[in-house]
Amino acid sequence: MSPAVTHPAVQFLAASATEKHRPLIITLFAVFVVATLVITVWAGRQTKSASDFYAGGRQFTAFQNGLAVSGDYMSAASFLGIAGSIAIFGYDGFLYSIGFLVAWLVALLLVAEPLRNSGRYTMGDVLAYRMKQRPVRTAAGASTIVVSIFYLLAQMAGAGVLVSLLLGITTDAGKVLIVALVGVLMILYVTIGGMKGTTWVQMVKAVLLIAGTILITFLILLKFNFNISDLLGTAAKNSGKGSDFLNPGLKYGKTGTTKLDFISLGIALVLGTAGLPHILIRFYTVPTAKAARKSVNWAIGIIGAFYLMTIVLGFGAAAILKPGDIIASNPAGNTAAPLAALEIGGGADSTGGAILLAVISAVAFATILAVVAGLTLASSSSFAHDIYANVIRKGKATEKEEMRAARWSTVAIGAVAIVLGAFARDLNVAGLVALAFAVAASANLPTILYSLFWKRFTTQGALWSIYGGLVSSVVLVLFSPVVSGNPKTSMFKGVDFHWFPLENPGLISIPLGFLLGILGSLLSKEEPDKGKYAELEVKSLTGIGAH
Amino acid sequence: MATDVPPPRGGAETGPAQPTTEQFLAEQESEEFGELRHAHRSFAFPLTIGFIAWYLLYVLLSNYAGGFMDTKVVGNINVALVFGLAQFLTTFLIAWFYSRYATTKLDPKGEAIKSRMEADV
Repeated sequence: MSPAVTHPAVQFLAASATEKHRPLIITLFAVFVVATLVITVWAGRQTKSASDFYAGGRQFTAFQNGLAVSGDYMSAASFLGIAGSIAIFGYDGFLYSIGFLVAWLVALLLVAEPLRNSGRYTMGDVLAYRMKQRPVRTAAGASTIVVSIFYLLAQMAGAGVLVSLLLGITTDAGKVLIVALVGVLMILYVTIGGMKGTTWVQMVKAVLLIAGTILITFLILLKFNFNISDLLGTAAKNSGKGSDFLNPGLKYGKTGTTKLDFISLGIALVLGTAGLPHILIRFYTVPTAKAARKSVNWAIGIIGAFYLMTIVLGFGAAAILKPGDIIASNPAGNTAAPLAALEIGGGADSTGGAILLAVISAVAFATILAVVAGLTLASSSSFAHDIYANVIRKGKATEKEEMRAARWSTVAIGAVAIVLGAFARDLNVAGLVALAFAVAASANLPTILYSLFWKRFTTQGALWSIYGGLVSSVVLVLFSPVVSGNPKTSMFKGVDFHWFPLENPGLISIPLGFLLGILGSLLSKEEPDKGKYAELEVKSLTGIGAH
Repeated sequence: MATDVPPPRGGAETGPAQPTTEQFLAEQESEEFGELRHAHRSFAFPLTIGFIAWYLLYVLLSNYAGGFMDTKVVGNINVALVFGLAQFLTTFLIAWFYSRYATTKLDPKGEAIKSRMEADV
């Protein structure tokens, strides 16, 4: 059996279990879609100004935004990807949970509050604050769109996986159909509801995801009488790997190269979050920097609790499922969480199992929709505000024209996501998201930090850093085993043009991004704009003049 | 000349009145602002370096200290898992620690400067 091919027997296992209950599944999906569309239309009616569209009117409370940040952040990668990684590789999958969480401290201590104080709608507002507007805004727009598209790709892969599990659809046409449905929905959420609609969708999703995860975690723990050690022991035994399953190194400990890959991934995870445009723009939705700080604290609490539960989900899946079934259903493990729900509910032939599978799949679907809406909003905002309004129209576009540009770019980005989504089914979605983190940490984070804290930073430094980080990370991914060369998990199977040995480029591209920012600044003839730096520094720490 | 286009305009959102660049330059040089900057940097920078180092220690130990990380502590719970859970704990603690510091030490300084500057606009 080739692991690259989705095993029909397991597809049927889940599909036949859901066959009888398909009306239930479709109903749950439909309820979520209708409810969120109602919210979107309601939010759309209140969206009049650009500030409403981009920043939700800046009137959300810290708790609401904390919930929405969590909903924006806990993507298909967190839910399907981490559980799958742990279920297959044991302890090594756990690094994702830790890195994704610790990363929030960078955002909390260094980025969230200054950004809220000095920016307005986009990440580019802060990146370009002290610099020549047009080149830096172009660069910021480019990196925002690239990071968001990498991230979108992961969510689309998750959507394709879910639907083939649930409906037994393995044909390309069926897959494209569901990816297209996701694309159309995200376009509707963003064009109609703007940031207000997106925020409410993300809050609803966060509540559903947490509730669903608590339910499955509770049921798994119940099965093991709340004895974690027993759960881990059973997972280790059942995985066929023995105690190695609980020790570091099963995935990344094989060779010197895989160990470097582990470090690369670890660095990308911890430095990526504070450079993710779709997360950063969420801080504009609260009235003050203090509220931004509090929303990060809420998010750390919610996200931390969720990631603690992913340990139980992942090891639980390994303990109760046959290891062959996890890999046969999806070679990257993306279906481990839904399959565990099916099993813990009573198995493939039971009503309980089918209901839990339906619920968890609907939660995963909601998760994907909320995240793609956030990503689409971030990229269309950046296109409209950074590139269209400030570069193409040189700051002379009216508010109406800017919002129209944002809506059209939403449609365009949705279309791109639909097309790309069809290619990414067998990649682990957590791994894909880690690439987005690497690009964000390489291209965005250095310029954010230098802009805020380094007086000698110049336009040339910003451009070298953004483009250097962006191009190096993307090129390294393109020639990595993620894209070609690995017959099991590469995006393009059967071809091999890879020469970069690591799956994650962060180890090279992140230091390069930081280094180029310094070199570009020190080697540039232009003097840093002292007045602009004074404005940015005083504003960022005091909130004077903040929108 | 550092900017080739005017700062972004064109929103109905009429932002608050902005101090002039000269006022910002003077403020940046002021002792009061210097204290605020020092209070933020001397807290946030070392703490950031600290938690990143602590996290990298965990990553490196996972990679290169297999024997130590594989040691069983209780039942099937090994040092590696305890280390991972400790990362969660320190993240929660640092978030709480920073927020308390910001509320008591940074916010009053920042607000004092803000209201003084706003009075001058």
